Amino acid sequence: MQYILPLWPAHAEIFLLAMACVILIADLFVRDENRGITHMLTQLTLAGCAVITWFSANDDPTHTFSGMFVGDLMADVLKLTTYFVVMTILVYAREYITLRGMFRGEFFALVLFATLGLMVMISANHLLTLYLGLELLSLSLYAMVALQRDSAQATEAAMKYFVLGALASGMLLYGMSMVYGAAGSLEITRIAALIADDGAKNVVLVFGLVFLVAGIGFKLGAAPFHMWLPDVYHGAPTAVTLFIGTVPKLAAFAFVIRLLVQALGTEEIQGHWQQMLAVMAVLSLIVGNITAIAQTNLKRMLAYSTISHMGFLLIGILAGGLNGYASGMFYVIVYVLMSLGAFGMILLLSRRNFEAENLDDFKGLNQRRPWYAFLMLLLMFSMAGVPPTVGFYAKFAVLQAIVEAGHAWLAVIAVIFSLIGAFYYLRVVKLMYFDDAQDAAPIVPRADVQVLLSVNGIAVLAFGIFPQPLLALCVSAIIASL
Amino acid sequence: MTFQSFIFYFLSSVLVISAVGVITARNPVHAALLLVLAFFTSSGLWLLLQAEFLAIALVLVYVGAVMVLFLFVVMMLDINLARLREGFWRYLPLGGVVALLLVVEMSVILLSRSSGFGDTALPPDLPAGYSNTKELGLLVYTEYVYAFEIAAVILLVAIVAAIALTLRKRKQSRYIDPAAQIGVRRKDRVRIVTMASEDRPDGRTRDAGDGKEGRQA
Repeated sequence: MQYILPLWPAHAEIFLLAMACVILIADLFVRDENRGITHMLTQLTLAGCAVITWFSANDDPTHTFSGMFVGDLMADVLKLTTYFVVMTILVYAREYITLRGMFRGEFFALVLFATLGLMVMISANHLLTLYLGLELLSLSLYAMVALQRDSAQATEAAMKYFVLGALASGMLLYGMSMVYGAAGSLEITRIAALIADDGAKNVVLVFGLVFLVAGIGFKLGAAPFHMWLPDVYHGAPTAVTLFIGTVPKLAAFAFVIRLLVQALGTEEIQGHWQQMLAVMAVLSLIVGNITAIAQTNLKRMLAYSTISHMGFLLIGILAGGLNGYASGMFYVIVYVLMSLGAFGMILLLSRRNFEAENLDDFKGLNQRRPWYAFLMLLLMFSMAGVPPTVGFYAKFAVLQAIVEAGHAWLAVIAVIFSLIGAFYYLRVVKLMYFDDAQDAAPIVPRADVQVLLSVNGIAVLAFGIFPQPLLALCVSAIIASL
Repeated sequence: MTFQSFIFYFLSSVLVISAVGVITARNPVHAALLLVLAFFTSSGLWLLLQAEFLAIALVLVYVGAVMVLFLFVVMMLDINLARLREGFWRYLPLGGVVALLLVVEMSVILLSRSSGFGDTALPPDLPAGYSNTKELGLLVYTEYVYAFEIAAVILLVAIVAAIALTLRKRKQSRYIDPAAQIGVRRKDRVRIVTMASEDRPDGRTRDAGDGKEGRQA
């Protein structure tokens, strides 16, 4: 029994898995008109996970399942964020998926399994669990993208996502096998120890590292591995885009920290991957910000904006040190918050047989519903990095870390391309406030969507004015995990 | 060259050639059979590594079950392969160049003296009576139980996803209703039609009793 004890750090995962199976079976006995029960059960499951994670939170890293699982503060923070974001996604998406025939038990089961995959990745201390968690997440996401079967666009997006995702997984696996060959272990803490003892073959390690970074680039959607991102964001049903565009980034951040920092974080190896990440970050900033200007579709525009945000995230990680990683973690949480709100607005304006995904659909939103126009303004300002919103502070923290690390040229590039990027965010604001509405359809969201979307928009402003608690949390999480 | 390394190079070259054959073969049945050969040779490679259980499982599961199913699918479905393979030759030069570059770069790194790839120690000789199956079973259910469970969840997701993507209620689908089957009566099945007898065109007379004609309802 010493192999699996203690079990308590993984209680949230076990609870989620058990509940996902219960929901899968319970859903068989629920009629279509009562599908809300499944929705409620899913929300309760996530809330239960949040309670369990909250009470089992522990400052010291706890390893269990013979070193395959780690529970630490970083994992707890990221998991709690994941639960709340997934719960919000389900509230935002409810109306949309009901109107498109996707309000079925399978959707919720897949969401829960994807969430489980995220949790496994966030808490992985073993290359095997990192990979399995990633596959669990990806497989659920492929199915969710394809769930709207009658839409040719969604099927095409699912196909592209599947093929490129499989390719990326292959790359990751190949890189991991090389790391295993060089270090002789798959356990992250042991790999770090073995490399530090100089018992590893560095050439093979760096060789594997190339494949690992390429695989991570694919999964994050950083240039030059970004090709799938706009098509998938655009083609997937917006409710699924909302999922793909938000929570997986949290797990991807944990993935990078576990793999590159915790396992391959010695100074020499770090020098190698910092160079690779620097190239990816600069390319992401260029491709993301310049291409987004040419987009007329808001979902595609946000996809390119994701690429540029991933560039910023990579800059934070490659800055290294406590400040670098903490600013990266802060950035990714803030990004998820902003992205959640922005895609939530698209869902809000969509209705039966109508996707509010073109920029023109936002024209004159101020005349139609001034409050939502204001929320969108906050979100766009935050994405562009306009003070006093939180996006400004996130960018500022990353730039501070990279300048401290002595790569001022990266900071200069990041600022220049952020300025270019501000154009397309502000264009949305201009359309909302200075153009006449083309669309007179009333916007009548459900009460829970109204409340959550307002909280989401205000949070962007509130965290911008008081960023210190969240930043302090990120710093202590990184201290506890490193 | 020892006998073992001869076997290794022989199996490896057969594996690589059959794998290339899988993607270039024009006939899908040939491709599937070449894939069987690829699995078979890789199981031979695993035997060389003394992983008997995995080798046998590969043959049993992949060659025995998966590939047979695959052949069934190829034969049952009328897939237009010419359309699927459209552009294969057009993209081959670019893809080939990229693949060749990758192979050259990888071999330059791995064959270089500093990589130290060749001086990995051989695994220690295993004691007599060592059971590969038993060791694997012990590891899977103790040290790797977490990964094992997640792999099981992945399979569950595959089932859910496959059903979610393919199950649809079609109006024209035909199915049997057992209640209607049991409740059926003779007159529902057979309709007796009485017709007046007619003379045959060639003028011969007919036997009596032929005027009744049964028809399936």
